[in-house]
Amino acid sequence: MGKFTEDDLKKELETKEYEYGFYTDIESDKFPVGLNEDVVIAISKKKNEPAWMTEWRLDAFRIWKEMTEPEWANVRYTKPSFQDISYYSAPKTKKKLDSLDEVDPELLKTFEKLGISIGEQKRLSNVAVDIVMDSVSVATTFKKTLNERGIIFCPISEAIQNHPELVKKYMGSIVPKTDNFYAALNSAVFSDGSFCYIPKGVTCPMELSTYFRINEGGTGQFERTLLIADEGSYVSYLEGCTAPARDENQLHAAVVELIALDDAEIKYSTVQNWFPGDKEGKGGVYNFVTKRGLCEKNAKISWTQVETGSAITWKYPSCILKGDNSVGEFYSIAVTNNFQQADTGTKMIHLGNNTKSTIISKGISAGHSHNSYRGLVQISPRANNARNFSQCDSLLMGDKCGAHTFPYIEVKNKSAQIEHEATTSKIGEDQLFYCNQRGINTEKAIALIVNGFGKEVLNKLPMEFAVEAQKLLEISLEGSVG
Amino acid sequence: MLKINNLHANINGKEILKGINLEIKAGEVHAIMGPNGSGKSTLAAVIAGKEDFEVTEGSVELNGEDLSDFAPEVRAHKGVFLSFQYPIEIPGVTVTNFIKTAINETRKAKGIAELPAKEMLQLIREKADLLEIDRKFLSRSLNEGFSGGEKKRNEIFQMAMLEPQLAILDETDSGLDIDALKVVANGVNKLKSEKNAVLLITHYQRLLDYIIPDFVHVLHNGKIVKSGGKELAYELEEKGYDWLK
Repeated sequence: MGKFTEDDLKKELETKEYEYGFYTDIESDKFPVGLNEDVVIAISKKKNEPAWMTEWRLDAFRIWKEMTEPEWANVRYTKPSFQDISYYSAPKTKKKLDSLDEVDPELLKTFEKLGISIGEQKRLSNVAVDIVMDSVSVATTFKKTLNERGIIFCPISEAIQNHPELVKKYMGSIVPKTDNFYAALNSAVFSDGSFCYIPKGVTCPMELSTYFRINEGGTGQFERTLLIADEGSYVSYLEGCTAPARDENQLHAAVVELIALDDAEIKYSTVQNWFPGDKEGKGGVYNFVTKRGLCEKNAKISWTQVETGSAITWKYPSCILKGDNSVGEFYSIAVTNNFQQADTGTKMIHLGNNTKSTIISKGISAGHSHNSYRGLVQISPRANNARNFSQCDSLLMGDKCGAHTFPYIEVKNKSAQIEHEATTSKIGEDQLFYCNQRGINTEKAIALIVNGFGKEVLNKLPMEFAVEAQKLLEISLEGSVG
Repeated sequence: MLKINNLHANINGKEILKGINLEIKAGEVHAIMGPNGSGKSTLAAVIAGKEDFEVTEGSVELNGEDLSDFAPEVRAHKGVFLSFQYPIEIPGVTVTNFIKTAINETRKAKGIAELPAKEMLQLIREKADLLEIDRKFLSRSLNEGFSGGEKKRNEIFQMAMLEPQLAILDETDSGLDIDALKVVANGVNKLKSEKNAVLLITHYQRLLDYIIPDFVHVLHNGKIVKSGGKELAYELEEKGYDWLK
């Protein structure tokens, strides 16, 4: 083996192919491209929605038409043409499924390739999975166990039919239709997503999990998640996302709303691995997501994200700390490689007294990628004794990538305590040689160093997903040494 | 065990090693001494396979096998260990996790199954006790915020865990107070056997009071200019290096 330089390291990183780039050949029911009021109505009709929902969508569509795309993020891309996208694509398995045996074997194969054989998960990991493939939720497991505790966990389309009072009350209450361009678009055309309600005082006995995947070419995925934790309840929720490799850019514009009522706690974890584009920067998913949670008195919301995919990421999972003594947390690892661009971070809005927030952001950039942290910490005049701690660390690999930090701090109350720390480091040849000398090859050494760097965040993931996330980090950054 | 023949090495086109010849047999302790810039650390790095250096002539053989074409990790798998003069920090990776990975990667390379967690833990405890290392130390991030003494002790701990055939200790005594030096030297002495060999690289004779060498070599300007027994170290301490130039 010759001299292994940083150049080789970079090359090696760039040659890493996307592991989930397969396409499942199942018949799907897909709308022609384009967006207008008729399409919005058709989506609503397809899903058999009540009139109030159709109206809600149309209202959102009218708002969206008047809006323009935000341009402030530190990302460069060709804007998607919104009239060239098909806004609905559902696998053609029309029949309602009661058990996994009835699921299309092709679909089950896809799940297997994703490494989430549902049967296995059912038996081994005690995880309830609600899988959204393209746009329709296909299989919901563990429903019974959850029902016994009064927990509702179902596709949002079902919740609209069966729990309209909850949907009407909370949908759009945290992320209003007018919030931003992509949130408005999502409100108009969202196809499916998950709904979850934890009753008063109930601790959800298992991790709830949704697996999203974009399959059909030329479709956008607009899922909508609404999670309500009633007073004194607890839930841990995980979403994982993948998409097959495609040349064109696919659009993903999701909205997630969390409501933590008094004394409730929500832990929301994301492992995002949408197709990042190839090594020339062609294709990949545009991931424009609005995620926000509201904390009432003594409530806590904790966002944990491991972001390794997507060509463009625009995402700021946020907490509105409305109630006194409420707590918001944001733990993030974002990896960009090749030509990926990520502009991600959080907003912590302190409204109540004694509110506390923690932000730990770890950005890893390789190849020609750009990775930006953008975060807002806002202390309102009424929020006495608010506290925030922010830490933003960047790790660079090679000299063609960039790491950027945009912290915004707005303090309007003198009693606030704000701390911000930031570091930037590089994986050095010295570190690699040290590992090599101890018998650890370069590939393994990078994995070790990266996992060490992201440890504080990885530790926050639910046990059964932490291992998967670690593997994903390794996959995203390594090729086979050779 | 180790045989170095007419070794020449460059960095950025500048020749640092200018024809080194050295043979170390199993069970022996050799010391290489010399003034700053004589090429001591370069020699250590070249044996370990650091790729910043270009070997232009000569060879390094371990047990009759030429190491030149082997990557550093392969040399490590074959039993070469280098205790670094300036051990590197790896934040977030614990001492335990690091050594566990090192051992299992070495086993993997040799086609042996991973060491079961229980045995690993036992081994770690045993070696930590040998070197008077506090258990709490084992869960700290590798070399991050370690004192000079802690870093060096950690190097010797890793050596104890990996049980190399050839241990090269590069300026292990620098930055150590006398108590730490005794602990480290004591550890090295306990690990010494008929089957392995030690190459000490040092500036001062001080370390050699505690680890007694069988041979002492003086390196000057990229060449070994004098070799002798342990008494040579005392002579150097007394007269300095100038008389050899």
